[in-house]
Amino acid sequence: MAGVRRGWAALRWFVTSLMGDTAYATYVDHQRRVNPDAAVPDERTFWRERFAEQDRTPGSRCC
Amino acid sequence: MGNDAGRQDRARAGSKRDGALQPAGGGEAEPVLVQDPELPPTAVDEADLAPRWTPAKVILWVAIALLGGLAWTMLALVRGETVNAIWFVFAAVCTYLIAYRFYSKLIERKLLRPDDRRATPAEYLANGKDFVPTDRRVLYGHHFAAIAGAGPLVGPVLAAQMGYLPGTIWIIIGVILAGAVQDYLVLFFSMRRGGRSLGQMARDELGVIGGTAAIIATLAIMVIIVAILALVVVNALGESPWGVFSVSMTIPIALFMGVYLRFIRPGKITEISIIGFVLLMFAIVAGGWVAETEWGAAAFTLDRTVIAVGIIVYGFVAAILPVWLLLAPRDYLSTFMKIGTIVMLAGAIVLVRPEITVPAFSEFAGGDAGPVVSGSLFPFLFVTIACGALSGFHALIASGTTPKLIEKERQTRFIGYGGMLMESFVAIMALVAALSIDRGIYFAMNSSAAATGGTVEGAVAFVNSLGLAGVNLTPDVLTQTAANVGEESIVSRTGGAPTLALGLAHIMQQLIGGTSLMSFWYHFAIMFEALFILTAVDAGTRVARFMLQDTFGNIIPKFRDPDWRVGAWICTAVMVAAWGAILIMGVTDPLGGINTLFPLFGIANQLLAAIALAVCMAIVAKRGNFRWLWIVAVPLAFTAVVTITASMFKIFSPVPAVGYWAQNAAFREALAAGEDSFGNAPTRAAMEAVVRNTTVQGVLSILFVTLAIIVIFFAILHTVRSFRSGGGPSSEDPALPSRRYAPSGLIATKAEKVLEREWSTVDADKRPARSGH
Repeated sequence: MAGVRRGWAALRWFVTSLMGDTAYATYVDHQRRVNPDAAVPDERTFWRERFAEQDRTPGSRCC
Repeated sequence: MGNDAGRQDRARAGSKRDGALQPAGGGEAEPVLVQDPELPPTAVDEADLAPRWTPAKVILWVAIALLGGLAWTMLALVRGETVNAIWFVFAAVCTYLIAYRFYSKLIERKLLRPDDRRATPAEYLANGKDFVPTDRRVLYGHHFAAIAGAGPLVGPVLAAQMGYLPGTIWIIIGVILAGAVQDYLVLFFSMRRGGRSLGQMARDELGVIGGTAAIIATLAIMVIIVAILALVVVNALGESPWGVFSVSMTIPIALFMGVYLRFIRPGKITEISIIGFVLLMFAIVAGGWVAETEWGAAAFTLDRTVIAVGIIVYGFVAAILPVWLLLAPRDYLSTFMKIGTIVMLAGAIVLVRPEITVPAFSEFAGGDAGPVVSGSLFPFLFVTIACGALSGFHALIASGTTPKLIEKERQTRFIGYGGMLMESFVAIMALVAALSIDRGIYFAMNSSAAATGGTVEGAVAFVNSLGLAGVNLTPDVLTQTAANVGEESIVSRTGGAPTLALGLAHIMQQLIGGTSLMSFWYHFAIMFEALFILTAVDAGTRVARFMLQDTFGNIIPKFRDPDWRVGAWICTAVMVAAWGAILIMGVTDPLGGINTLFPLFGIANQLLAAIALAVCMAIVAKRGNFRWLWIVAVPLAFTAVVTITASMFKIFSPVPAVGYWAQNAAFREALAAGEDSFGNAPTRAAMEAVVRNTTVQGVLSILFVTLAIIVIFFAILHTVRSFRSGGGPSSEDPALPSRRYAPSGLIATKAEKVLEREWSTVDADKRPARSGH
């Protein structure tokens, strides 16, 4: 049972990290360590800025 | 290797940079990195890197080698009536394992010498957004999803006309000696330069002319690649109401996902991707219902030209819409489908183990008259299968997002080299899927409508006239197969995607659902390829627009401003017009389109690979490492010879089916002679179209090959110059000491686990941040 739960947690971690669900948590964690005094945007604003950045500098996808 | 003058040069180049940590540019110099004494070591001890051979390990590798050898023997030497698909899997996987374990390790030790004591850009430029140290296993998936697309699925299908062996050998040997080497090197060198792009590296290493030629070539290549990928989709959807309906449905599904992520639950990407996936499956099933109704068939049975115009309009709108609305959500969906379907197909091939009846070398392996893609085995096999063996496009990814996310230098081998091996495996599976269908059906689907007349009777007459051993196609087979997959007809469904879809449906139905589910699997595969391609079209247009804005910005600086919408729209329109014109040309081509254009796609992609390898060679030479220069020089020489020869055939061949200008001259003469039809062109208008198309194709061939030759020339020039002086100035970022540790491969070694445990005892506030909490 514990094995199944561990396996599920690992799968969940892998998929959410791969798809990018964790991007906001990663950013907040980074800011807390590096600029603890800086204001951290809320998740909605974070994603808006992230997509706006992708609009400005497009990345390639392969054939 | 070097002489005194060279060493002085290097010392000067080194001392010019700020910080005493910077190594001298070339040669064997190691940076002096001072580690934080309070932290555990940031790299595994040198002595622990050399593997100790235990008897168990020796037995394992001998077993892998023997199994691989057996598989290759079954494929290449044993000539039975049939060959089982499982041998393709064993030959590929065993060869990959050996190449990864031994050859990529050799490259690591002798050529690149990554140093885990050095911080990666993800560490020293960390911003929590695009520079983030990312878990290697997650990054592997991320990188793979970015490099894998429709290319490795389509090329092997078309190359299957030559038999199974040429394609199999090139996909497997090509990837281990060329494709994976390119990806690994570009990733590593870009990582050492803070994630700089291939274009920037070309300018740094090759000077202004070489660099500019590389950038123009990249832009031109991007246009042709987008155009031909779009052509593959158009051919797959033409006259297919089911396909048109379900692929169109991806647009509202993606819009819904985008709105959900923006306004309802931001950041819940996996959740909305699962919802999107369910909707997508429903769209596929619903496509079958719609196509059966009278109004559905009437509304969604579209002519190829109409679909092409639709994709052009779509491409423009999608490229100017904000990323969050359409591109990003569809990209999530595409990643989800990509990894899922590939795992599913691999499992199905292993479980079903289809018997392959295609000969090792077909009747077309020796000549240049193959109906699917024209041209002789050398060089055209090597350009028809581009992605999967060697893909220049990967150099753009490996010098884009991925290098900014690498946690430790030594992980580049797993991600760069290992990621490409996985892509090659996808190509092998696509080849197996295409080989598993009946050869008669294969040629009926992939011969152009100009040859088959687009009718069942015409296809049967044409295929049976090819004189293929053991093939006796009957009209019943074609109509029955079309009915099974829920299509009106499968004759002349060129471009590779429908054939792959049929192969996948053929394999999957043996596992789940039988014939009754074949139509679902067929349209599932069409959807899956269309999804990749539409994402590539959209992303490719954006990147090309961005490059064009940068180029225009040299003359009118305002174009560089990313927030100037008008500028972005103008550049988008220019790029869409460029690929749209080639797409329309391909769709309306009286000679069939894909069979004349696909070689151009392959040549373009391989020329980009030649450019990437040329830049890598110049860098290796500047590092002063001439003993191991062959690791990059050999694949560069090979791809340069292949693509330049292929271009020369396309430009100078007197055979009209092969040479663009020969075709052009033949049709011009016929027009001048006042003839009303010629070859496959039934009217004067069609003949004029051929003249126009071959002119464009011929000019593009000349442009690509000229640019590539310029780049390769400058790379050789810089390499020779470095050789004379024993190295050259380094354009690497200064070396900074790392403050974190992570294992390098998929599975941590014993020494790596020990070190990992040591790091886990470090105080949380001293331990470094990473992605994926």
